[in-house]
Formats: sequence, C-alpha cells, structure tokens
Amino acid sequence: MQPTSHAFKANVREALVDTTLQRALDNMRTGFPAKRLLAISRLPEFDALRDQGRAIKNHTLENLDFYLETFERNVSRAGGHVHWARTPEEARQIVLDICRSVDAKTVTKGKSMISEEIELNEFLEHQGLVPVETDLGEYIIQLRHEAPSHIIAPAIHLVKEQVEEAFRASHTDLPPDRPLSEPRELTDEARAVLRRRFHEADVGITGANFLIAETGSTVIVTNEGNGDLTQTLPKVHLVLASLEKVVPTLEDATTILRLLARSATGQEFSSYTTFSTGPRRPGDLDGPEQFHVVLLDNGRSGMLGTEFQDMLRCIRCSACINHCPVYSSVGGHAYGWVYPGPMGSVLTPSLIGVEEAGNLPNASTFCGKCESVCPMRIPLPKMMRHWREREFERNLSPAPFRWGLKLWAYFAKRPKLYRLGANLAARTLGRMGRDSGRFSRLPLAGGWTGGRDLPAPQGKSFMEQWQARTEQARRREAA
Amino acid sequence: MAPSKPRVALFVTCLVDLFRPTVGFAAVKLLEDAGCIVEVPPTQTCCGQPAYNSGDRADTKAIARAVIDAFEDYDYVVAPSGSCAGMIHEHYARLFEDEPAMFQRAQHLGNRTHELVSFLVDVRGMTAVHAHYDGVATYHDSCSGLRELGVKQQPRALLKSVEGLSLKELPGAEICCGFGGTFCIKYPDISNRMVGDKTADVVATGADTLLAGDMGCLMNMAGKLSRDGQPIAVRHVAEVLADMAHDAPPIASNQPASGHQDRH
Repeated sequence: MQPTSHAFKANVREALVDTTLQRALDNMRTGFPAKRLLAISRLPEFDALRDQGRAIKNHTLENLDFYLETFERNVSRAGGHVHWARTPEEARQIVLDICRSVDAKTVTKGKSMISEEIELNEFLEHQGLVPVETDLGEYIIQLRHEAPSHIIAPAIHLVKEQVEEAFRASHTDLPPDRPLSEPRELTDEARAVLRRRFHEADVGITGANFLIAETGSTVIVTNEGNGDLTQTLPKVHLVLASLEKVVPTLEDATTILRLLARSATGQEFSSYTTFSTGPRRPGDLDGPEQFHVVLLDNGRSGMLGTEFQDMLRCIRCSACINHCPVYSSVGGHAYGWVYPGPMGSVLTPSLIGVEEAGNLPNASTFCGKCESVCPMRIPLPKMMRHWREREFERNLSPAPFRWGLKLWAYFAKRPKLYRLGANLAARTLGRMGRDSGRFSRLPLAGGWTGGRDLPAPQGKSFMEQWQARTEQARRREAA
Repeated sequence: MAPSKPRVALFVTCLVDLFRPTVGFAAVKLLEDAGCIVEVPPTQTCCGQPAYNSGDRADTKAIARAVIDAFEDYDYVVAPSGSCAGMIHEHYARLFEDEPAMFQRAQHLGNRTHELVSFLVDVRGMTAVHAHYDGVATYHDSCSGLRELGVKQQPRALLKSVEGLSLKELPGAEICCGFGGTFCIKYPDISNRMVGDKTADVVATGADTLLAGDMGCLMNMAGKLSRDGQPIAVRHVAEVLADMAHDAPPIASNQPASGHQDRH
C-alpha cells in the first residue's frame, strides 16, 4: 500500500472526528486487554515463557543465515521450493511466475501482512488474476478497497452496519431483502460466498507465523479455518513470509505459540494452528501438488546488528496495538502503512524510511504499556527513542520544535540563568493567573489550551522560597 | 530505621518548582517526618527528559552530568515524581554506556534515586501519616512511576491512613492520561482525546478529588477537568499525605482548598 505516514497529523485529525470509527474503537478498547489478562492469569509460567521466547528469537537472529539455510534445505527435502526476494518487486514477480506456471485465474489468500507490504492484490489484479481474501476481516476490507487497520483484526475500524453495506453492494446476485443486521447473518453470507471461491482457486496464498528450520514446515494460526481451505484445496500452496519468522525447532515454535494467542486475543490457543510441510505426498488424501515459500527481506536484514535488531523478535500478536492508548484514539489507518501502533512505529521507519514515517515514533507518550505487554519483551519505547535520535541528528524534526528545545536546553545547562528565568516566569505567570488559577488561553501554548486549561503557577518558585527560608534560618542562627 | 539520619537531596522537578511549590514543601515535610535531613541542591534545573525524549542526546548528557555532579554526594535522591526519578534511576546509566567512569557514577546515583512515596514506604518503612482530608479521592497511576519504578501500592497504603479520606479505585487507573511530556505539544489532538477519556473515567467514579504523583499528569488532567467545568479537586498526593492540602487551592483553581477541616 502507498504509505501516508508523512500525513499522520492530518490522518489523526480525520480519525478523531470520525464518529463511526470512534464507535468501533470503543468496542475494541475494553475487549482485548481484559481477555489477555484473564488468559495469562491462568498460566503461572507466562513470564518465564516470555524469557524463553526472547532467548529463542535472540539466538535465531544471531544465527539467522544458518537457520534460513537449514529451513531451505528441509523445505526442498520435503518436496517444496524456497524463493528469496530482496524487494517487494522481486516477491511479486516470483508470485506471478508461479501463478502463471499453473495458468491460474483465481487466487485465494489467507491473511498475510507480507502480501499487504508488497501490495500483492493490486499487482495480481493488474496482471488479470482474481485475488480473493478469505479471512473475514480481510474480505470485508477488500470489498471496501481498504487496507487493514490492525494486524490481527484487519477490519476492527468498522461497525457491522458498514459490513452490511459492503456485502449488499458486492453480493448483488443475492436477494436484496435478506436480513443482514446480525453478525451471524453476515458471517453466514461471507462463508457461502467464499466457499465457491475456495473451489475455484488454482493457487492458495497464506502468510506464516513461523518457519521451522529443522522440519522445513510453515505454521499458520487462525480462528476461521479459512487458512486451511486456502492451503489445502488449490493445486499450489504459496507461503509468503519475511525472513525473521524462522525458529530453529518444532519445540521452539510451540513454546512461542503458547505466548501468541494469549497475548493476541486472550485465547489459550487459536482455533486452528496448522503446520504445512511440503506438498501432498503419495497416499495423502488431500493437499497441494506444489509447495512454495517466498522469503521476503525488504529491509529486515539491514536491521540486524543495529539498535533495531530486537524488533525482529516480533511475533505479530498485536498486544502492543491492543493496549496502546494512542492507537485506540486514532485507529490503525492514521499510521499510514501496513503496521500500526507501537510495533509499527518502530518497524515502519525501518522498512520505508524515517523521512516518510518520522511522525510515528514521535507519536508516543512513552507510557510503556506496549513494552509491558509484549510477549517477546521488545523494548518498544527505547527503539522509538532511537528513531527520534536519528531524526534529531539529521535535522528532520520540525524547526520550531527544535528551536524551542534548543532554547530550553540552553537554560537547563546554565543553572544561574535558568534560576533567573524560572523565578521570573513563576512570578509573572502566577500574577497573571491569580484570579482564576488557570489560563484558558495563552500565547504560544495554543496546542495545550486548545483542549484544556493551563494551571497557573502558584507564584514564587519553590527554589526562590526555599532559598529565602534557608537564609532566614541562617540569619537566626547567626543572631 | 537507621541510627543516624540519612542526608536526602530533594530533586524538586521543574514543574513543581515552577507551578506548584507546595508539592516541594510537602515533600520536605514528609521526608523530615520520615527521619531524614533534607537538602535542596541549588544548581538543579531539570532531569533532562524533554531533550532525551526528543532525541537530543548531547544536551541530555550535558544535563545528566550536571545532575550527577550536584546530587551524587547524598545518601539518597528523592523526587516527588515517578517520571523524573525514573529518568535518573533507569535512563542515566544508559546514556553513558560508552564512558565507563561516567556510567559507574550514573549507576551509583540511579540506584539511590527514588520516587517520594515509594521512598517513604519501601526505604523508610513508613506505614501511616498524620493527616486529615475530608473527601472521596480517586488515584491515577502515572506511567513512569508505575512501570519504571513499581509505584502502585505505596501511595494507596499511606492514603489509607489519612483520616476522613476514602479511596475509590479509578477504572483504567494505569492507562496513560495523554500528557507524555513533549507529546502533548507535538500531538495536541491525540493528547486532548486521551485526557478526555481519562477525565470521563474520573468523573464517573463520583470522587471529589483526583490524586496522582506527577505534576505533568496532574496539570493535564486538572486542565481538562477545569475546561469541562468539573468541580473535582486535583492534587499531588504529597499535599494530602503531608496534611498540607489546606495550604493552597487545588491545581488549576483559585477556590479555597477542599477537604480541609479546621481542627484548631
């Protein structure tokens, strides 16, 4: 998708006045955190598992080349193929070549953030193919020609009335008077429509939550079963994954799986966790004839060995997004690219550049909630601060803000001058605000006073009063 | 308690110094009640967070050096703010990872730096205060104190001993109020939305007083409540614990102090 992260502020303004979006976000705000809390309260070893998960991923990232090569070897051994893609362009071309090789027309897709990253649907349509999203949320936003606003709940920004509208507009062959006001009716309709698509598809594309080096398996975690139909019914199963999804062993994958659903939806396990190893073997009742894995780099290898390496531990559970008060105020589209919320605020500048996405790591209060819920213990605020440092070094932050900061720092480094200034400011503002105790408007503080009052200083600064007090005491002692 | 009185340096914090000196005096009183000798190093300005969180590492380090110079000779450093204490406790050492000598000094200072209320309870073993406040209060957990320093039960424990005060828990007490230092200036729209959610929760508790341990959050929430015409008294928790709530009107108000009962 075309990034609009540079327009974050404008996106935010729009999001904040969008009453339907705000209604949708209200629904989400309370749900996920409560469910996660309940799920982890039932697992006393949750924190120990987090440490294990972190250690597994750190070890893998330190030896990423080895595990990726092992993975490739074992995929081949099982009869599949691994394709390496450095850029979105390369990845798209590989997918297209595979589709063309089986003369594919319809392509079903399980949910894959990588396919959003490389804008696959648009590309395939352009090439005359018909890509069909089969995850309910993804299907809905595909009908609406939108991007996902959340990494595990792509249509969380919508309310059910908007889903009904999208279905009525697209499913025109169905009776116009059918009831579609209840979630159940909407789900049933999507299921009926998609079922046909599953059978038509020549290629099924899924993402992968994990790639397992020791077996050459890929793993998907879903709650709808659509992923399984996508990967078992067509002739070709094509897995789109980024490099960092690899883990050494089955045991490692299952360790991290215990963290994933609990952190994401508050489930102990997702409804479906599916392991795929190679194409259908002789004697198998079903399964694809071909099994391909496209491994996308797209900037990730460049994060290795930098202060952003820890970000590659991310397992896309969305716990940070679900708990972020900034995300729940503005929703995912405001972030302007595939990955929203705190994880996106670190990852997006890494993948599309801090020039485009510099707003994102700045739009955080550093409240620390994201890091506290991250199952992989990724220090998200620390890495957002690294981005701010890079921006600052390259003079990318807004000029008035930089000047203000420089002026403040000039005083903060000179205690005597600072004292004079602070004492004067406290007295002056204190006098000005004495009548009401607050300012409802103040020059240069419009950002603050636009939505709230600014409390007035009490008068003399603490340091001034304290100095007077200690001098008085000294004089008394001397007398 | 230790046989000799510890020398405690008060880190006043720039917002307390400028906006709310009564919090500084409340902190002094509480520390003295806890058996400490309190000094206020005169060269202090700010902990450096605005520069740190804006990516200005050079200025942050210069300011951190000055704070280390001014404060390192005391037994403890105490700040009436989880955010500033957290900055010194958690982040100063990180700034000097490449300078072993400074790193050691930063770590040494950080280890002895505490947020006021957690210092009183965890270090000085205080279990009760002599204070009176008539009212129903609710408490907001400021993010830095909560997540960097584990300040959660300590203020509640001491508030329990305040005569006349009942504490009503705030749903979502651990959700950020939207202040975030420079965040509230850089992204006022989001900040305003977040503080609106927060104050709506505060109003819904029915409490007449809102307490917290950080001036930034308090000014943000008080400003919003004031703009919305909500008659809720907003105070730093130290003012109530030090029995000094009657000395000054609540934040963002010139109304006489609430919760005060003249006992003379």
